[in-house]
Amino acid sequence: MQADLTLLGLGPDGWGLALARAGLMTLYVSVAAFLSGLAFGTLIAWARVAGNWPLRKLAEAYATVFRGVPDILVIYLFYFGGRQVVTAIGTALGLSGPFDISGFLAGVLAIGLISAANQSEVLRGAYQAVPRGTIEAGRVVGMTRLILFRRVIAPQALVTAIPGMGNQWQSVIKESALVSVTGLVETMRQVAVAAGTTQEHFLFYAAGAIIYLIITTLSDHVFRLAERRSLRGHEQGGL
Amino acid sequence: MDFAFLSSIFTQLLKGLPLTLNLGVLALVGGFCLSLILNLMRTTRVGNALASAYVFVFRGTPLLIQIFMIYYGLAGFGFIRHGFLWPFLREPYWCGLLALILNDAAYTSEILRGGLRAVPRGAVEAGRVSGMTRLTVMRRITLPIAVRQALPAYSNEVISILKSTALVSTITLMEVTGIARAAASETWRAVEIFLCAAAIYLALSLVVTRLSAWAERRLSPWQFGETP
Repeated sequence: MQADLTLLGLGPDGWGLALARAGLMTLYVSVAAFLSGLAFGTLIAWARVAGNWPLRKLAEAYATVFRGVPDILVIYLFYFGGRQVVTAIGTALGLSGPFDISGFLAGVLAIGLISAANQSEVLRGAYQAVPRGTIEAGRVVGMTRLILFRRVIAPQALVTAIPGMGNQWQSVIKESALVSVTGLVETMRQVAVAAGTTQEHFLFYAAGAIIYLIITTLSDHVFRLAERRSLRGHEQGGL
Repeated sequence: MDFAFLSSIFTQLLKGLPLTLNLGVLALVGGFCLSLILNLMRTTRVGNALASAYVFVFRGTPLLIQIFMIYYGLAGFGFIRHGFLWPFLREPYWCGLLALILNDAAYTSEILRGGLRAVPRGAVEAGRVSGMTRLTVMRRITLPIAVRQALPAYSNEVISILKSTALVSTITLMEVTGIARAAASETWRAVEIFLCAAAIYLALSLVVTRLSAWAERRLSPWQFGETP
């Protein structure tokens, strides 16, 4: 096999532009999924540390289920199952089909909900690592719950949470490749199409792998910077 | 609720369970052996660089792309198509298993490395001073401590690999997810089918969680001879 590198370029036969666009789509899907996971994961973590008994059990069950089921199955469920549900609702409303659900929406929702389960674990661990004494001290000086959270809990918990959140972001990027099964043109889908069209399978899958490596490496640096910044004022890097 | 349909789907899906377990267990065994080799490599400078590069690549890219690269990509090389491994690399089963092993090794080697680093130097020195050979120190001090340290992280990896076996359904293997996917496109009852499949995986991961919690308890020195 002679790898024809012009295939990766920006020329008329090149897939460069398509790959760059697909890389951006991967980022886009990942950011959307990570943020929805963060929002929902925070609620789950909150329920687990401060909820009453049924709420706590519910949050625990949520985390167990989404951590125990393959990601691809959740995506299938949301994409194909979502279509089934939308069709059922649409038919009940008397609308005419065909009904469909976007791969982007199903993918972001599925990965976001999986990530929420994992992120809730990280956040819960971070909260539990906050020394009890500092919280009690804040309460004694008369802080409200909101101020206590903003000035005592959050700054300390963030330091512990950042490395774990970095790991979650990395796995979200990799899970985003699974959204390709819905036909959404992100990196994985684009390299599969390019590989099939040109029959240069190895070349394009390698290019795809490099795109993922670039994204994961760059974001690893960002998280390290954030970690260092969060450690300001802690002697010898805190912890 | 159509219970007759659910139970027929369930029995259909269970037929894929042996393949799922087969892939999962073999990937874990192969991955563990490879991760031991990777950690041994880390004792030399060149080996360390190689092992780091390996871990970087396999942890930085999605498993799906690794599977496709091995299944579709390797066939593009003449020396592989004419090589002695071709009868294996032609089969989706071996390609999927290979990708799972390589991927698992990268994660497991990091877990093992963390466990090995947690072994106190003093414990090893004490063993040496009392006249143990290197091998005995390894067998009676280093490995037990490292394995106990690494157990919680490793049980997560076991669950993660069991879940990852679902990805080989994309290269036509009919394990639980593959069967579910085929059944869903035949019957158009995706919700029921995928929920059934999810229940199977959930049961598997609960079993692993229970087993590892039990193992952790059994291997915790402060539990010996006491009632918890």
